[in-house]
Amino acid sequence: MAVKVIIPTPLRVYAAKKDSAEVSAQTVGEALGGLTTQYTELRKHLFTEDGKLRSFVNVYLNDEDIRYMAKEATPVKDGDVVSIVPSIAGGNHCGR
Amino acid sequence: MATKTQSPIANAPATSLSNEEILRYSRHLIMPEVGMEGQLKLKNAKVLLIGTGGLGAPLGLYLAAAGVGKLGLVDFDVVDFTNLQRQVTFGTSDVGKHKSAAAQARLSNLNPDIEVLSFETQLTSGNALELFKDFDIIVDGTDNFPTRYLVNDACILLGKPNVYGSIFRFEGQATVFGTPAGPCYRCLYPEPPPPGLVPSCAEGGVLGVLPGIVGSIQAMETIKLILGAGDSLAGRLLLFDALGMKFRELKLRKNPDCPMCGKNRTIHQLIDYYEFCGVRGEEALAPDLQVPEMTPRELKSRLDRGDDLYILDVREPHEYQICNIKGHLLPLGELPRRVHELDSSREIVAHCRSGKRSAEAVDFLRKAGFRKIHNLKGGILAWSDEVDPSVPKY
Repeated sequence: MAVKVIIPTPLRVYAAKKDSAEVSAQTVGEALGGLTTQYTELRKHLFTEDGKLRSFVNVYLNDEDIRYMAKEATPVKDGDVVSIVPSIAGGNHCGR
Repeated sequence: MATKTQSPIANAPATSLSNEEILRYSRHLIMPEVGMEGQLKLKNAKVLLIGTGGLGAPLGLYLAAAGVGKLGLVDFDVVDFTNLQRQVTFGTSDVGKHKSAAAQARLSNLNPDIEVLSFETQLTSGNALELFKDFDIIVDGTDNFPTRYLVNDACILLGKPNVYGSIFRFEGQATVFGTPAGPCYRCLYPEPPPPGLVPSCAEGGVLGVLPGIVGSIQAMETIKLILGAGDSLAGRLLLFDALGMKFRELKLRKNPDCPMCGKNRTIHQLIDYYEFCGVRGEEALAPDLQVPEMTPRELKSRLDRGDDLYILDVREPHEYQICNIKGHLLPLGELPRRVHELDSSREIVAHCRSGKRSAEAVDFLRKAGFRKIHNLKGGILAWSDEVDPSVPKY
């Protein structure tokens, strides 16, 4: 299934500055896996070392939170949009 | 009947508007969705703004202009020049003043018929409940994770709605948390990201208009809550992409297992939010990296003496364009794969803006076998202060 994954601004630096990617997948987990195969630097920001989705990373399939569906096993269909929604605190001025 | 110790009039809700107020609010009054009834609700409303910065600016201005009767402003910060690009409550003459006091003066001038209270303090677990208790609605316009979790938890403990907005570069989020049936911030983000995975400063910054838009959305949601009009953002997360000029909306659900607002609540009081967010750990880690340092004056005298020093600038190209001291540009993020471009037999002085990123670079290079390497203490900011004031600070 061809799905679009939307990459949020804070993670674009690890994804060649792209705002989205087209991947082929059967589930949300596969879609994210496909994304991190394309952009390996993204992996540690999305997954723990043992391959679990990090608890502070929110993933939506279209407008639904996958935590309330089948999580990473949630099936996808052609044209679906997977969004990664990071927590942003924002406006934070960091003086480096 | 017992004698009343307090005049009931003092706390009684306003039931009418003066002729001046009727004129001031006439564009509200002629709209049936607001009308006299709605305007009186606004006059009797008490709203507390946490933060008077980028989000707080449109919030304060619009809520004051709309006639919200009591506005509290919580901020401990002082206005500086870098704020003026987006914090439109302040003028150049406010630089150096306390933000909450400067905003209070501005908003009182905008609308003398309302009460504006300035709380020149940092919101803490010790004062949050006391500060919040006199207000109906709390608006979160802060800029850091610990305060966001603190605002959320205090709102849930007191049963007050929390109008949320957040921004990053070109992207914004807004929603309403803490309504009786709606989710809270912890339902959406049970845990903060660990400090190491928060975007680095090189990707920081914010387009000045963005907080104006997101703060205005928060102001609109606040007024809708007061009026009881329209469809609240509670239960929906609004995502705004300014570059693509796109609004999207995601469903927010109340997490039945939420430790704060779920049925089996495990958090019953405010906690240490800096510890919760790991911020203390981050502060201890970054600046205290033990690497060899060189002061700007030392570097200047070495260069004047004609010593062969290789100046390595680990900032980003767009920062190099702002100002530079003719160093060789190699951004920190590219260092691991471009390390072969550096000659470990030469003496290297690494610098960034303030000295933190370059400390990481020096640490990395020392681990890679570089021995003759120093970190420029205080970065290009200190160079500007101590050696060459013609180098602009940013």
